[in-house]
Amino acid sequence: MDNAIQLISIFAAAMAVSFGAVGPALGEGRAVASAMDAIARQPDSAGTVSRTLFVGLAMIETMAIYALVIALLVLFANPFVK
Amino acid sequence: MNHSPLETTALFHMGPVAITEPVIVTWVIMAFLTLFAIAVTRRLSLMPSKAQTVLELFVGAIDSQIRDTMQVEPGPYRALIGTIFVFILIANWSSLIPGIEAPTAHLETDAAFGAIVFCSTIFYGVRALGLSGYLKTFTKPTWVMIPLNIVEQITRTFSLIVRLFGNIMSGVFIGAIVLSLAGLFVPIPFMALDLLTGAIQAYIFTVLAMVYIGAALAEGRQESPTTPNRK
Repeated sequence: MDNAIQLISIFAAAMAVSFGAVGPALGEGRAVASAMDAIARQPDSAGTVSRTLFVGLAMIETMAIYALVIALLVLFANPFVK
Repeated sequence: MNHSPLETTALFHMGPVAITEPVIVTWVIMAFLTLFAIAVTRRLSLMPSKAQTVLELFVGAIDSQIRDTMQVEPGPYRALIGTIFVFILIANWSSLIPGIEAPTAHLETDAAFGAIVFCSTIFYGVRALGLSGYLKTFTKPTWVMIPLNIVEQITRTFSLIVRLFGNIMSGVFIGAIVLSLAGLFVPIPFMALDLLTGAIQAYIFTVLAMVYIGAALAEGRQESPTTPNRK
């Protein structure tokens, strides 16, 4: 088992992305639902709402991107793999 | 996937300095922006031409963003904030040109932007409040918060760097994966999505830079709300 670290690293990367995507997914779902609700109530403010929504979604999505960065660090820049 | 997105390879060496592809692309963008700015602003007139009208519209949009976000007059900050936005936008979109990879998809370029924002936060804070006044903002609301405030300065800069890097790099990465899976035209929708992501990330980076600089100024304003000139 001299490549145990590689095996565990790949597993850890998959876990990081899969669990790291759960929270942002829930958050984005709630954000989009609220934005839909707001637009349905006030169609006049659709422009402002959707602009704010895009920026907010990008901020939320960044959390998932952090998990992706960690996964890539584990895969490509692992300090324990020579 | 055997090409790591976290490392860059040197194209050639200029003396002891290794020159990589992102460095060349950033310098080309810098030269392009400088020449464009010189060419457009050379003949400014009160009866604006088409190019000048578009430019004034753009500068006005940046000014109103600065005024809304930072609650200050945009004059001293327009150059920094506007340059950051325009540069990151062009850098993110430069991957549309075949053979060029966006320089913001490499951690080093984003780290340079983060360092600029970090230093300018301190610079504008010290300039507006004085050194002791700026250091005093770290003790808000109580002196117990000093370590947390210092850590916050570092972590928010770090998250700024990783946010831009992660978003742009993941776009490049997904493009490469899709291209290796499927043929010629399949990556095009993903590239269109990259354009949107690039624009939004440039906007977010700029807004956060404004928020950080504005926070350094605003904490001093709360202390003395009766100061006549809100700088």
